[in-house]
Amino acid sequence: MANPSNPNAPKYTGLKGWFYDRLPIAEFIDTQLTGYFAPKNFNFWYYFGVLSLVALVLQLVTGIFLTMFYKVGEATAFDSVEFIMREVQFGWLIRYLHSTGASFFFIVVYLHMFRAMLYGSYKRPRELLWLFGMAVYLALMAEAFMGYVLPWGNMSFWGAQVIVNLFSTIPAIGGPLVEWIRGDYGIADATLNRFFSLHVVAVPLALILLVVLHLVALRHHGSNNPDGIEIKKNLDKSGKPVDGIPFHPYYTVKDLVGVGVFLIALAIVVFFVPTLGGLFLEGPNFEPANPLSTPEHIAPVWYFTPYYAILRAVPDQQLGALLMFLAVAAFIFLPWLDRSPVKSIRYKGWMSKLALTVFAVSFIALGYLGLQPAEGVYVFYARVFAVLYFAFFFLMPFYTRMEQTKPVPERLTYHAHA
Amino acid sequence: MADNGVITDDSVDTSRRKFLTTATVALGAAGAAFALVPFVSSWKPSERARALGAPTDLDLAKVEPGQMTILTWRKQQIYVVKRTPEMLASLANHDARLKDPQSEKSEQPEYAKNASRAVRPDVLVLIGVCTHLGCLPKQRFEPGVAELGADWPGGFFCPCHGSRFDLAGRVFEGSPASVNLRIPPYQIAGETLTVGVDSSQKGAA
Amino acid sequence: MLAGAVVAVPTWAAEGPEAGAKAEEEGHAAQAARDFKHWKAENEVTNLPSLQRGARNFTGYCLGCHSLKYVRWSRVGEDLDIPEEQLEKFLLPPGDKPADYILTSMPAQDAANWFGKTPPDLSLIVRARGADYVYQFLKTFHVDASKPTGVNNLRLEGTAMPHVLSELEGVKKAVYQVEETKGEDGKPHTERVFQKFETVVPGRLSAADYDAFVRDTVNFLDYASEPAQVKRRSLGVWVVLFLIAFTWLAMLLKKEYWKDVH
Repeated sequence: MANPSNPNAPKYTGLKGWFYDRLPIAEFIDTQLTGYFAPKNFNFWYYFGVLSLVALVLQLVTGIFLTMFYKVGEATAFDSVEFIMREVQFGWLIRYLHSTGASFFFIVVYLHMFRAMLYGSYKRPRELLWLFGMAVYLALMAEAFMGYVLPWGNMSFWGAQVIVNLFSTIPAIGGPLVEWIRGDYGIADATLNRFFSLHVVAVPLALILLVVLHLVALRHHGSNNPDGIEIKKNLDKSGKPVDGIPFHPYYTVKDLVGVGVFLIALAIVVFFVPTLGGLFLEGPNFEPANPLSTPEHIAPVWYFTPYYAILRAVPDQQLGALLMFLAVAAFIFLPWLDRSPVKSIRYKGWMSKLALTVFAVSFIALGYLGLQPAEGVYVFYARVFAVLYFAFFFLMPFYTRMEQTKPVPERLTYHAHA
Repeated sequence: MADNGVITDDSVDTSRRKFLTTATVALGAAGAAFALVPFVSSWKPSERARALGAPTDLDLAKVEPGQMTILTWRKQQIYVVKRTPEMLASLANHDARLKDPQSEKSEQPEYAKNASRAVRPDVLVLIGVCTHLGCLPKQRFEPGVAELGADWPGGFFCPCHGSRFDLAGRVFEGSPASVNLRIPPYQIAGETLTVGVDSSQKGAA
Repeated sequence: MLAGAVVAVPTWAAEGPEAGAKAEEEGHAAQAARDFKHWKAENEVTNLPSLQRGARNFTGYCLGCHSLKYVRWSRVGEDLDIPEEQLEKFLLPPGDKPADYILTSMPAQDAANWFGKTPPDLSLIVRARGADYVYQFLKTFHVDASKPTGVNNLRLEGTAMPHVLSELEGVKKAVYQVEETKGEDGKPHTERVFQKFETVVPGRLSAADYDAFVRDTVNFLDYASEPAQVKRRSLGVWVVLFLIAFTWLAMLLKKEYWKDVH
């Protein structure tokens, strides 16, 4: 049977034909794989989208298996994690894949976001793509935070206590809100149980939905590229972009290499340094939750520490919490803060280049500072870098307008690989 | 040749591409199969299940002749019967009424593949699970019990679908079950029965 | 955190260069002895005899109060290559079966009453605090008449644990030096700085033997913290090698196809 919307389409036979007839598989392949043209100059920064997808799948699969053995509940959670580590066949491997996978997910997502900042991938017409991405990032942070509570170690407990308490800074509703989130007067069994449900069911569903929307938005206009040129503006006689290449086989094959490298790095950590010196799995979390004993240094996992550093840099709790939330939210406004006539950093002026470099350095520095005790010289530098961090966003409408940009070429710069 | 960046002429070495693609797919498939192993293995009984399924002991002196005791091993009921000489005698002469009199098709350790299906004739050890669909067979040791008929030699009767077994757990013709009741690994040392441990060196106690 | 510089005059400066070199070496050794927070356990969980000795040490000296509630005897036997008869003869407490978890016979409530707190389970102590910490803890008990147990510990000040290993190590006292330091506020403070230990009563073991005893015990606790670690590392080698081979092949495939792109 032919494709009902295209009577000239090839007829497929056999079992394959049966499916092709009833689902838009052929159309999908034509429009999303072999017929989807992506810019040919994707560089290193362009691996992290597909790697984010790989990380998501990894977390979903390992998470499903962990849920088969984990027993939620303040009396059983910690023990059940040790049961998984010691008595379930290969339980230790599934657990380490999940804990390492979470950190790798954030490494990959941060690099993915940085790519967008480098090449202006958030600019018109891709603002919604960026917003969906930000929604994925926020959902991911919630997912990771709740996931960390589940083992019910001492850091799980106290980390939850500190972060949930932040919501009490919201004027008027803060107090009752925190009690409502916790379901009790302190972090308790009720909190653990609801975090379990959200972490295992609700947020993964939301994540999957948001990722799909993100991809649909991407494919609608097609990818940006390191030169910030819209390849669809330059079509050949058959209507294909001259600077584009079919996604399949060229980028499927290239991404496979990226996935391979990702897996190598993942395996090295999982099998040889799964705790990564306390960065991925923190020492205090190998002690059960103890409401009567706070760990010496409460620190969130590394991927939250830049924001944590900003929180602690401010001497006022309410203002600190507000600035911390603002630091996360600032990314959302990038499509409108960036007033540059060009998309890519390659053609922007020195001010943007300096600003982005300062931002990247500040983010990493704040991350490091968030892991240190909030004392002395660490607090001083946290304040310095927090100011620089916000300056990147607040000054952007000005420096992107003021600076001298370079002329953007018509065609992509591409150097053939050896 | 298209105007965009892709060549599509004969300079393409299709055989090399086919080879490389096949090799990569093959190695990838092997990798995926290896990656499945930890997940599939995680479903096997955990160390806790195996520990709880550790061998169980019974003091045989506590079991009266003609009496049955039940113990649990690996979440299953194990029937232990102290068979009297009369009970053992009842095992002979009805091979024709049995589906598997020599226990050829049934499941038991080597040392229980004899006339009395036991290491020590007076001690019968069975897994009390009907080999039809898994119900618990009931003991009917009295010969000639009314509902089972005058020629009933004594044995086990499963209430779910009516399967009948003799005093060695062998299944009668006419039963929905097709093989004899299973026998677990066990050994007897003195008066102690240990279920769940196989000593292949020891035959009879 | 930000204590000022310690003011001290090195002996070699007063005595001349040849005496200087030797004294400097002694100075380093003394410095290392003072710096107990940097002592290293340097244990190897692949060293089976060490683990076996550690298991024996634990059963003999620690099991009275501390449990290893996530570890089974049978697992220890399997991983440490101890046959079941020896496990039962030398390690298993009477009444325990090999499949049982390693539990202490001391009732938790009694322990809390006697010591002020329940001796913690040690299944994860090395993961939670580090092997070095446990090593340092077991090596820094010293007499302290002001404590109910008569001892204190440099690594964990105010510990409720008595010096159970004093029979082996002997009894020692901590020697301090009062030093002038500059505090954060810029004002001079006096501080008691630990210098070294002095033996009060020698133990059954020499210093070297006791040190080996502690290292073996810490090694065993390291194993108990994560029994899968040896298998994890050995499996990892194969996985990484396979992935490198796969990625290399994928790279060849990619380069072949990308010849098309100009």
